[in-house]
Amino acid sequence: MESRRDFLKTAATGAALLGAESKLGLARVLNQHAQPGKSKVVIARDASLHEAGASLDEKRVLALLDRAITAYTGRAHPAEAWKSIVPASFISGGKVIGLKTNGLGGKGISTHLVLVLAIAERLQQIGVKPGNILVWDRNARDLEACGLTINTDPSRLRCYGSDVAGYEAQPVAFGTANVRLSKILTRECAMVINLPILKEHDLAGVTFAMKNMYGVVQRPNELHANGCNPGVADLNCVPAIREKVRFTIGDALTSVYDGGPGFHPERLWYPNALIVGEDRVAVDHTAWQMLDRKRVEVGFETLEAAGRPPRYIATAADAAHHLGVNDSQRIHLMEV
Amino acid sequence: MIFRSHWKWAFAVLVMAAVVAVPGCKKKNADPYPASGAIAGWQKTSDTRVFAAKDLWQYIDGDAEQYLAAGVVSTATSDYKYQGQLEATVDVYTMKDAAGARKILESGQTGDASRVQLGDAGIAYAQSIIFRKGPFLVRIVAFETTPDSAQALLALAHGVEAKL
Repeated sequence: MESRRDFLKTAATGAALLGAESKLGLARVLNQHAQPGKSKVVIARDASLHEAGASLDEKRVLALLDRAITAYTGRAHPAEAWKSIVPASFISGGKVIGLKTNGLGGKGISTHLVLVLAIAERLQQIGVKPGNILVWDRNARDLEACGLTINTDPSRLRCYGSDVAGYEAQPVAFGTANVRLSKILTRECAMVINLPILKEHDLAGVTFAMKNMYGVVQRPNELHANGCNPGVADLNCVPAIREKVRFTIGDALTSVYDGGPGFHPERLWYPNALIVGEDRVAVDHTAWQMLDRKRVEVGFETLEAAGRPPRYIATAADAAHHLGVNDSQRIHLMEV
Repeated sequence: MIFRSHWKWAFAVLVMAAVVAVPGCKKKNADPYPASGAIAGWQKTSDTRVFAAKDLWQYIDGDAEQYLAAGVVSTATSDYKYQGQLEATVDVYTMKDAAGARKILESGQTGDASRVQLGDAGIAYAQSIIFRKGPFLVRIVAFETTPDSAQALLALAHGVEAKL
């Protein structure tokens, strides 16, 4: 862990060393903002952001987002930071940027509307047209649980689910995952920013960045065997997910440390944090540690002791999946 | 005469079957949701949605497995609002038998729950109430807390229980 000042000294060097282009001409290097050999994860906190039962302050959430993104990218200004996350060609080319929320748990434990709007605001400030921002999830119910309103009008910020867009008729496969993907992912979005919400999960142990991809397939319940392992890892290796879902802004403003993924108000907790990064495995590993610390603090067993460690995280990091790193020594964790 | 006798027997069997079946059918088809205003302060704010066991993942993906393992037959859900402020969701799980409802209630119970007199057994937390009655498992969850939310939730729970 290091201070923000220390990070700013090293970030430019790291960024300069990385920058390869893929066959599609898109930046494909995992963790372009990290030190060489490490995956970067930023936890940004505002301890007094969210008191129990109180509504979130929009300006403070925007400020927290800015702090997270500028720290992650090493850029001083939010607009510059966002320009280093969203390729210029996507902005000038009118490509659609998807924001994949998570409203499965209902309105008590879903991606916060104020966070979605803050991200949309920053995207528009770097030139993304409102209609080229598409907030999406499985269906209208999930989106409405976040406080969003369905809108398909391309002149405004768009918001609709896979229940409107449909799923591909042809399944795609990787390992145990044989899935029909949402057309929003395959046909509409050039890039997706993943906006999961941190929850304990009765089967998987933890649901956050990688598990949120269950919301992009038609029948996620078919990937639940064996604690969602290797289902989660396999699913994230499906090319459209691996390549298009490039960045995670994890919502840990509110969380449930037990009883998830549904809403259990008696297990609600307010970490008041955002967890951001390009390496989805490192983000999930970091979130797992945070969740376990809370469980121990309130007298619960760790997820390992409770018999449901999120084994899919290690699977995602293995040689067969190579989605990122789950070794704390190789995660450049920065808390701001 | 023989035919007539058989007809009488067949009719008698049908009547007996209906008498036996009605309570079960009534339970399965009963609408457990109090209408707006039936419980003081509570308005029903959504249509009731019903999920068969095979489709439960569409409602509670990730949570569905524990209910399936306990023998859930169907799940109904509806939203309510108390005095225009406190929002709550009422889920009614119809299990195959009372043992299934008991299994879910007991597995979700932790030391900080308080017991409430509802149905066959019930527990309450600050923002939620869970109780079972026969094959039914009811979970009522509020999304906020207000000074009178605990009492309001209990009143709603009694309203649901009375309709089961």
